[in-house]
Amino acid sequence: MKTDAIETVKKPDTVIIQPMKGLVALNLRDLWIYRELVYFLTWRDLKVRYKQSVLGVLWAIINPLVTTVVFAIIFGNFAKFPSDGVPYPIFSYTATLPWTFFAAALTVSARSMLTSGGMVSKIYFPRIIVPLSSVFANLADFLVGFVIMIGMLIFYRVTPTLNMLWLPAFLLLATITALGVGLWFSALLVMYRDINYLLPFLTTIWMYLSPVVYASSTIPEQYRILYSLNPMVGVIEGFRWALLGTQQSISPSMIAISSGIALLIFITGLFFFRRMERIFADMI
Amino acid sequence: MSNLAINVRDIGKQYHIFSEVNRYQTLREKLSESLKSPLKALLHPTGSDTFWALRNISFDVERGMVLGVIGKNGAGKSTLLKILSRVVEPTEGRAEISGRVGSLLEVGTGFHPELSGRENVYLNGAILGMRRSEIDRKFDEIVAFSEIEQFIDTPVKRYSSGMYMRLAFAVSAHLEPEILIVDEVLAVGDAEFQRKCLGKMSDVAGEGRTVLFVSHNMSAVTRLTKECIILEHGKMTMRAPSDEAVDYYLSHGYEKGGERSWASEEIPSDAHPFKPIAMRVLNAKGQVVDSVRSVEPLTLEMEYSLDSAITGLRVGVYLVTVRGDYVFTSFDTDDPEQFSKYAERRAGHYISRCTIPADLLNEGRYTLGVNASVFRIKRYFQDANAVVFNVNPTGAPGMHWVEPRQGVTRPRLDWQIVEK
Repeated sequence: MKTDAIETVKKPDTVIIQPMKGLVALNLRDLWIYRELVYFLTWRDLKVRYKQSVLGVLWAIINPLVTTVVFAIIFGNFAKFPSDGVPYPIFSYTATLPWTFFAAALTVSARSMLTSGGMVSKIYFPRIIVPLSSVFANLADFLVGFVIMIGMLIFYRVTPTLNMLWLPAFLLLATITALGVGLWFSALLVMYRDINYLLPFLTTIWMYLSPVVYASSTIPEQYRILYSLNPMVGVIEGFRWALLGTQQSISPSMIAISSGIALLIFITGLFFFRRMERIFADMI
Repeated sequence: MSNLAINVRDIGKQYHIFSEVNRYQTLREKLSESLKSPLKALLHPTGSDTFWALRNISFDVERGMVLGVIGKNGAGKSTLLKILSRVVEPTEGRAEISGRVGSLLEVGTGFHPELSGRENVYLNGAILGMRRSEIDRKFDEIVAFSEIEQFIDTPVKRYSSGMYMRLAFAVSAHLEPEILIVDEVLAVGDAEFQRKCLGKMSDVAGEGRTVLFVSHNMSAVTRLTKECIILEHGKMTMRAPSDEAVDYYLSHGYEKGGERSWASEEIPSDAHPFKPIAMRVLNAKGQVVDSVRSVEPLTLEMEYSLDSAITGLRVGVYLVTVRGDYVFTSFDTDDPEQFSKYAERRAGHYISRCTIPADLLNEGRYTLGVNASVFRIKRYFQDANAVVFNVNPTGAPGMHWVEPRQGVTRPRLDWQIVEK
């Protein structure tokens, strides 16, 4: 794209405005033109979040860390949940870290269209940027929390393996899932405001359906495939396999199923969001 | 590639009517509704809860042209602008826009109070569609224009509203769009700010860019635009050179004959218990007229009824020139005695009437607005454009010189010439 306004005057882009019918194309061209807005909104979210709270960036660590401590005491110490042969605290943190990211990204992006209502009803930009940048802002929190992860790996003397190279792929899987669900819910939330009350409930239930406090190996063998229809199963067990080298809870078919479902949610979410995009300004 | 900046063909926008409380649905309602819907479908066979805010709109705007869009409130002007700036999607039709569209109606969109002025310039610029390199290049200019150099690193929540507005406007003004949309009707801010908006608009027009200008200010429209389109009830009724269009609008846009009456469906529900009936301009003989002689007194009257008593009610008029300058504001209980006498106005049928003395108003066209309110408590009813009337200067002081007189008033002053 051209960067110079003068050049644009000579060769203006023609925009066609007409009602969208049926399944509409994703308009990636506009998304590309507005790519810097993704950066600026992500940056705004981060800046505002860390400016407003005294603890600032520490929040990104405190949340998964405190959760892990509680889980380690209750489920690890008292209930003695099996943890695939690794110390429970690190077993738990490897799950709470991506889970915290997922749950926060999902909730924030689902609400993002409403919180950005002022912008949406006044000005044009590809609406998908709003939930997209909320997910990215939470990704930054994840990276901060990952520092603790490294500390724990050293503390528990976990020897890194080549599995670790797969970690970005599992992070991508978590991101795609969060964005996909976020897209669905942000569009639905514009139409039905009471879905807002459903979100905390949804994330809580979803957590217990994911191997956050327990290992997937606890699930009977014959239900594992069904279980891995939850994309977060693939994400969390993927994290454990990549970082801790656990073998009991993971199989290639589970990862494949989780990834397939994540992609399905993401792609349908994209099209659903795009389809609803045209009525956002009317509804907000 | 044609030389058209905007090409609009048969654009229409249909809205669903949502009542104030029911602007959006809840899932719970939707579910219970669909259970009840068989019955509902039986009772209401046709869904009549939609209306066309805009229909069959077609026009072209050549590159570099300044086009005025005029029409009463609710005629569809803002909807048209929102469609052209891609905020809302049309229900039917097609428009082609070539070039970046900027608008002076969304100043400050996305500003965050916690962020500094500098940060907001970048954020707002990006929201408006500027590249970072572009903002970098224009940053100093933007800050200079906003005149807030020393506060640029202060969070904008500490800004005065004037500073906030100046910074927000500065960013919008430096967008350099090929097509600029100015909705003066929506422009908030003081007179100075509006003047700046108009100034920026003439600059942009002068640089050969395309401008769409929406305004109620007819003198600004004739001054700044060459051609206008008129919207009435969502339809385009005319496109003509601005002088012609403004003339047509002024003579057809309002109720004719120096009288405005309100049908019950025109009265907003929050006006209750105040019920406007009619507003009239009367000449010295007591006839309803749309043209009065400046040498005769004229009477303004507002007829209304109260369904229940209102304490502290005042009913008044605004007199405004067609250029948008206020001549005066006056209320029926301006006199303290009158105010205490009507401390509580009982339910009933009233006329509030006042007389404008002879030899006060200059020649020209005036708009009469009405306001019924309780000071600092509630505004029951307001119509800023209730009646339009002309003042004819025949016989006014100084008419033996054929020249237009400057000024809103044309008083007959008691001159004395003393030779010393």
